[in-house]
Amino acid sequence: MASQAIIFRETRESKGFYFLLVILGAFLALGALAFFHAEHHGHYVTGMTNQVVWGLPHVFAIGLIVAASGALNVGSIGTVFGKKIYQPMGRLSALLAISLLIGGLIVLVLDLGHPDRLIIAMTTYNFKSIFAWNIILYNGFLALSAVYIWTMMDRKAKPFYKLAGVAAFTWRLILTTGTGSIFGFLVARDFYNSAIMAPLFIVMSFAMGLAVFILVLHFAYSWTGRPLGDAVMNRLRYLLAVFIGGVLLLEGARHFTGLYIAQKAGVENFILFEGGIYTQLFWVGQIMLGSLLPLSLIFCRKLGSNRIALLFAAFFTVLGGFAQLYVILVGGQAYPLMLFPGADVSSDYFDGVVNAYVPSVWELMLGLGGVALALVMVTVGVKVLRFLPDSLSDAVVEPHN
Amino acid sequence: MNQNRVYEYRRNFIMSLGGVAAVGVIGSGFVLQTASAAGEIAAKPADQPVTNAKRWGMLIDVTKLTDGGAAMVAACKQEHGWGDEMHSADAQKAHWSRVVKVTDKLTQNSFSLPVMCQHCEKPPCVDVCPTGASMKRADGIVQVNKHICIGCRYCMMACPYKARSFVHEPLQDQKPHSPRGMGTVESCNMCVHRIDEGRLPACVEAAPDAVIFGDLNDPNSAVSQAMKTVGGKQIRADLGLNTGVRYHGI
Repeated sequence: MASQAIIFRETRESKGFYFLLVILGAFLALGALAFFHAEHHGHYVTGMTNQVVWGLPHVFAIGLIVAASGALNVGSIGTVFGKKIYQPMGRLSALLAISLLIGGLIVLVLDLGHPDRLIIAMTTYNFKSIFAWNIILYNGFLALSAVYIWTMMDRKAKPFYKLAGVAAFTWRLILTTGTGSIFGFLVARDFYNSAIMAPLFIVMSFAMGLAVFILVLHFAYSWTGRPLGDAVMNRLRYLLAVFIGGVLLLEGARHFTGLYIAQKAGVENFILFEGGIYTQLFWVGQIMLGSLLPLSLIFCRKLGSNRIALLFAAFFTVLGGFAQLYVILVGGQAYPLMLFPGADVSSDYFDGVVNAYVPSVWELMLGLGGVALALVMVTVGVKVLRFLPDSLSDAVVEPHN
Repeated sequence: MNQNRVYEYRRNFIMSLGGVAAVGVIGSGFVLQTASAAGEIAAKPADQPVTNAKRWGMLIDVTKLTDGGAAMVAACKQEHGWGDEMHSADAQKAHWSRVVKVTDKLTQNSFSLPVMCQHCEKPPCVDVCPTGASMKRADGIVQVNKHICIGCRYCMMACPYKARSFVHEPLQDQKPHSPRGMGTVESCNMCVHRIDEGRLPACVEAAPDAVIFGDLNDPNSAVSQAMKTVGGKQIRADLGLNTGVRYHGI
């Protein structure tokens, strides 16, 4: 069979396109409403307190940021590691990475006490702060991803394709190291304070980013009526399994070492056994639904090449990733600070007790607004520029395999 | 006889004068001593920058706090006006200082102490703040520059003492010397406005018998001398933060 060329084309104008924009626009509007509501009244309208200071918006923001760096991996595997079957997906990979990062950052920024002072955050740096590094890392990631797309889209820039791909890949590893280190550097809290947070976040990004990519790729092709073959999807399927396994490995290492270290034993016991909602989210959300179920769907022989099974696997991987982030973020804060090791403490300000946190609807709206923004960017992106190959059928991708 | 009476009057007068003089000398000595103690926190001229010549700190003798520090907390609240937010839930209201009761799990030994910003030499809140709003003055006072605080709350995640609060709602009727603002983080600033005027922090004034305040850099200061004698334990000393607030009796 004669090989077919990879042709990139914008998506066609259709009712579905506008319908999708209307749906996503509604979520954007709800997100904006939530922002203005909290901005006007103050954060007392949220579920966040002075005990649990980062809540659901941070789970969404960090989830999107982590997924963003992971989404770029599909492109990186094609560019950096020369796997040709991944190369046609490089453009979408970088677009998705940019979109998810902007979606995450907007949630992060709008949840600040002073979002109006963004210019201060962008111009006044304390270089000892990992947060300040991250601001530079985020901007650099956006710039490098844009350059990477440019080298893929402009023939004149093609000579820089590999260089841009390697730079973006290296940068994304540093970026996710920075995201994980936001927690790893917190000496005050037993659940965070660990160097393993950085590699854990990197492998989480691999899994979440790829899962989001699989979902976006499938729906982009099915809704635009473009062929998407099993060759591509099965590659992504088994790669997803490897990444889920990686998350399990590092999570296992983290919790086992935590149980051994007397200082961390209390918080480990809390998360793994006695933490109520956090324990349930860990075992049911992250481990069973978010890890074991997707692995079963991927490796079940009867479901080989079953697209629906893969989509469910990807969906539950994303769900598990968010459950994991919720446990890390909120669970880590719910466990009381250790003021006096070996002693019980109490006060009229919630010392020594598990801190309550119930997210408000405003926080959920803000978080979903960020997701909607990312999806709007992708939807409009593939509409106006040539991000998507006309076809990713087996016949098209096979010669590139 | 009359002559003798005159001598007697003169003698009594001179003795009285001596007594007054003696009282005056003793009194002036007391005044001098007080002035000397106040001299440790001599007012800083407004046109001069803060230097690291001094490092302010305090020693709290928990054994002498009959109320566990409640009066200190109340004085802080009164001085800065925190904690009366109208809409915020209890867990959302600002707390610059609080009384914590500690009971050893093994020995059941129990005590109470006031916990506020510990004014660390190496404050984690300052390290993590992206804009530098969370800052340590040269004289060791850790506080927030509310003009450049973006309200990210990372410093609250980093503080081992839960000493920082985020303001969850618009505020009114603030104290002129202690401006606060919605969407920013705040904490005990050791009553920096008082120290710069040469006065003691409000909490120290509220427990004069239990708290000694002064310059930790000066080995001859009352607080340094007291710490040398009785020691001064830190909360979470294992973190190596070298706190400026120390406790005796914990």
